[in-house]
Amino acid sequence: MSEPAASIHHLHADRFAELVPRALANVELRGALANATDTIRNRRATALAGVDDLQALRGRAKAIKSEALEHLDEHLERFEKTAEANGIKVHWASDAEAARAVVLDIAARTGARIAVKAKSMVSEEIGLNDALIDAGVVPVETDLGEWIVQLAEETPSHILVPAIHKRRREIRDLFARVLGRPMPDDAPGLTAIARNELRTHFATADLGISGANFLVAETGSFLLIENEGNIRLTTSLPKVHVAIAGIEKIVPRLEDLAPLVRIIARNGTGQPISCYQTLVSGPKTSPDDDGPEEIHVVLLDNGRSRLLADELTAETLRCIRCSACLNVCPVYRQIGGHAYGSVYPGPIGAILTPQIAGLHAASQLPDASSLCGACREVCPVDIDIPGVLLHLRHQAAASDEDDAAGVDPVTETKNRAARRGFGLWRWAMASPARYAMLGRIGRISVRAIRRVPRLSRFIGPLRGWCDGRELPPAPDRSFRDGSTARRISARNGGRRGE
Amino acid sequence: MQVALFITCLMDQFRTSAAEATVEVLERCGCDVVFDPRQTCCGQPAFNAGQHDAAIPVCRSAIRILDEQLQDGCEAIVVPSGSCAAMFRHAIGLLDGADAEAASRVAKASYELSAFLVNRLDRIDVDAGWTGRVAWHDACHGLRELGIASEPRRLLQAVRGLELVESATCDRCCGFGGTFSVNLPGISVGMADDKIDELESLGIDAVVSGDTSCLMQLEGRLAARGSTVRGVHLAEILASRDHASGSES
Repeated sequence: MSEPAASIHHLHADRFAELVPRALANVELRGALANATDTIRNRRATALAGVDDLQALRGRAKAIKSEALEHLDEHLERFEKTAEANGIKVHWASDAEAARAVVLDIAARTGARIAVKAKSMVSEEIGLNDALIDAGVVPVETDLGEWIVQLAEETPSHILVPAIHKRRREIRDLFARVLGRPMPDDAPGLTAIARNELRTHFATADLGISGANFLVAETGSFLLIENEGNIRLTTSLPKVHVAIAGIEKIVPRLEDLAPLVRIIARNGTGQPISCYQTLVSGPKTSPDDDGPEEIHVVLLDNGRSRLLADELTAETLRCIRCSACLNVCPVYRQIGGHAYGSVYPGPIGAILTPQIAGLHAASQLPDASSLCGACREVCPVDIDIPGVLLHLRHQAAASDEDDAAGVDPVTETKNRAARRGFGLWRWAMASPARYAMLGRIGRISVRAIRRVPRLSRFIGPLRGWCDGRELPPAPDRSFRDGSTARRISARNGGRRGE
Repeated sequence: MQVALFITCLMDQFRTSAAEATVEVLERCGCDVVFDPRQTCCGQPAFNAGQHDAAIPVCRSAIRILDEQLQDGCEAIVVPSGSCAAMFRHAIGLLDGADAEAASRVAKASYELSAFLVNRLDRIDVDAGWTGRVAWHDACHGLRELGIASEPRRLLQAVRGLELVESATCDRCCGFGGTFSVNLPGISVGMADDKIDELESLGIDAVVSGDTSCLMQLEGRLAARGSTVRGVHLAEILASRDHASGSES
């Protein structure tokens, strides 16, 4: 595809196959993930039980996002007008590089030295921190989890809970190492340390950087949702603020925020509402006001607009990043976020990453699912995640080495084996006699392996199966070769007989 | 009522007892069961792997055979697998023209076994007896694509001698997922372990499911762990009239 260079920072989803065994071997990680995701999903269930019109609310949220996407260009242009009327400068960025350039330009022009940052996935997506550091600006993450991840020089492993993979002990040791003094053992003690450290940065920062949960076309304002108060400080203390938002964050009207705010907190953290909703509508207008003197909004495409071409792929843009799908995903629960090799992990990451960065960069991710559908079941905006996974698998399977879209080498090897395997399967399934023969060979192989397990090494698919599982006992004859099947097929005369 | 039986390929080859049991239960409930031996597979393994070139002809063949059976007087199609029954719905989008129309008819007439008994025949008590304590495993496609949840539980509760307990992880995937189970075995086995840890804590004799594939996955892992919990197909319990001896037929 000759699209602009949409890219995701630090993307290494092509290493999925080697990252998975490493994640699985990390017993502590799996324990932390199981505990954390169980806690959040239970909280979510409790929070949603309190909504008596849940399906209606879900329908409303989906309708708002669908409406916004249907005329995305018009809503974005309206936002540009209304926001600029409010004194907000709006910038359009076609890809990550363009977005970074806008921010660096603002930082340079205003002489920024320290930037305090609200947690923002889009900022991770465009690799803003590295770019700021290269330009001599010190970025300081102010969300507790995000700060922990920054200190550890890692990337977030969850959309909403960046340090979900870290246990308290690890965080204590990390703080002690970075701050050079002994640390308390308890969570409140560690949080207090973080708060004190971050206050110093808030006091000295000259640039505030955030994402945006929703952009309102009608009023030219943007909403930020949080629990720690750090975003309130990020958007009000520094004299310049930049919010970076994917173009899909737009909603038509101010009143659209009410159902979305109700649904995002319940689904994300299991709260009826988050502690702080900050609606930013413009810079300060008189010297006595609080708040920044300059506010900028960067509207980022980075591969998003091409998803609009198709009804199914456009669904992905409805996502409000609540991360409910991560918390119910049995695969995410086993391997955590880092194994996906993308800043967007879990079920939504498995469809979002290959669609915005290109299938060639993340063709293994659509396979990271048993297609159980738990993600779709919880999605507050009803994204057909399994349907998109199937669509992407088909795309990956249909591409070959000559295809410009391409897939990574691991997928290509898998594809080649799958094409061979399913070619044989298709040939066998096309005829009842050949099917019966393949079945017989299958049962004989299974019986042989049950007697001599190491034989499984020589039979491709069975090798994977025998990695931790026994094969079922194989009956001597299939159902169709038995007397019951004969009785109920022969009885109806020639047509249905052999 | 004349019903066409679609036996999933895995069951046909590896779980013949469940296929036999399906026929027995349906006949006990007064159905005239017809099996067309030209059927092979619904096409799902290839479809889920994105291999449409392989999936389409196999799926089309299954749809044509079943549609023919409907034209020949079968009033319903019964599938002892939620997963394969759900595949007939996907077939509508996968196939073209007349085949897509046939797929619509087939999907509409298809029932997973428990849904057929409860919703179509209005049978809760199928005169079964099975002694033991069991937990139900909701197979993903049956639960989330076909909405089957209460039907198997109601049927099990009516079985004499059987005690049904609810598992907290009943609706969590067992980790099978077709080719997923062999492509990413570590994750797949981890998912099974998650469920089995909880199932073993319930003090049950068996975990019951409506899908052979889930049972293969769970039993395969249970056996590797040396567990005392067994896997049983719903049809095997419903066919059983063995209340006193403490095991299925």
